[in-house]
Amino acid sequence: MLNVGKIEQGFVLDHIKAGKSLSIYEYLQLDQLDCTVAIIKNAKSNKMGKKDILKVECDPSLINLDILGFIDHTITVNVIKDGEIQEKKELILPKEVKNVIKCKNPRCITSIEQELPHIFKLTDDKKEVYRCKYCEEKYEKFY
Amino acid sequence: MRHLMSPLDFTTSELDKLFDLASEIEKNPKKFSNTCNGKILATCFYEPSTRTRLSFESAMYHLGGNVLGFSDAASSSASKGESVSDTIRMISCYADICAIRHPKEGAPVVASNKSSIPVINAGDGGHQHPTQTLTDLLTIRSMKGRLENFTIGLCGDLKFGRTVHSLINALIRYPGIQFIFISPEELKIPDYIREDVLDKNKISYKEFVRLEDCMEDLDLLYMTRVQRERFFNEEEYIRLKDFYILDKNKMALAKEDMLVLHPLPRVNEISVEVDDDPRAVYFKQVQYGVYVRMALILTLLELI
Repeated sequence: MLNVGKIEQGFVLDHIKAGKSLSIYEYLQLDQLDCTVAIIKNAKSNKMGKKDILKVECDPSLINLDILGFIDHTITVNVIKDGEIQEKKELILPKEVKNVIKCKNPRCITSIEQELPHIFKLTDDKKEVYRCKYCEEKYEKFY
Repeated sequence: MRHLMSPLDFTTSELDKLFDLASEIEKNPKKFSNTCNGKILATCFYEPSTRTRLSFESAMYHLGGNVLGFSDAASSSASKGESVSDTIRMISCYADICAIRHPKEGAPVVASNKSSIPVINAGDGGHQHPTQTLTDLLTIRSMKGRLENFTIGLCGDLKFGRTVHSLINALIRYPGIQFIFISPEELKIPDYIREDVLDKNKISYKEFVRLEDCMEDLDLLYMTRVQRERFFNEEEYIRLKDFYILDKNKMALAKEDMLVLHPLPRVNEISVEVDDDPRAVYFKQVQYGVYVRMALILTLLELI
């Protein structure tokens, strides 16, 4: 069994679907932070069988919970301070995501006007459907 | 300030008010002939569309207003690379209201976000064409006297036809509407309309391949063009194309008070022999298109 040490300050993302931690790493743009990141893949889980975990040693305010909620709102977010879990954050599906994903509809106005923000709105929270604000194209989640 | 991006932007009671106004205009057009004196409509058409543009222009002139604009992207600053956001900010200084048609979906939404004048979506790619839907609804209401409790057949290209999708979305808000879809297998109503609109709202519908098989059940028939290029093979097109041509023989199967609508342009899907049938109302529909645009301009300019 591999052991990864405790972090003093930062956050631990638990219950990530097995194999998806690198996608989360990219979505959260963790490569742009100058901090220690532990990516644990295929850890044993009673609930999920296998899961991934991300441990990030940084200022917890740097994490964008909206993005995380959009990617997978079932992920557990533990905020760590002084080596202890200070808070467990609940993730919700954000009503709107801006510049996280891009509209892939070649007929959308965003395909020719590069300066426009890519905005997606939650149109069906049961089915977790997001649609482009401009052309209403459905975003197909690949996560 | 309000814009019109989708036919669903207006509630059914707001639509009732709009249609009441359009009917008042129809009865007494002179009363409204100076209501837009000193007002300017900008028609920003980034792709050619003779009928929609002329309908808007006719509406504004009938209200006593003036019109400026362009009728294709080549004669606008878009050819120099100007964005829709910049163009609308400029247009807002020249006009009081703007109708925009653009080949890219969502362009009118971008315009409305930056505009200081009301913006009307006059068609954005395959996405929305709300004033056509308002025209269809006004035609039905005026000719049938109601917008509820009827069976409507939608015939032709139900897969790619945005006017059909838009009309379905608008009609499900009224009670007692039965839908009958008549199309070849290749051009059936798309799954997202089936699941997200019809099934979700528990709307019942029937599907047929041949128009003859359901003609007698219809109170309204909304025809659209079946284009040869939509078929996967030529043989299938030749086998099916006549099913979707409305002629006297098929009209003989229909109810005496059934109405035929078509968003136009018609190519050959309605035989010209049907034009003289009193049930053929597609040219009246064009007139209602002007009335509803007049009512819309007055409403968005808050002149009523």
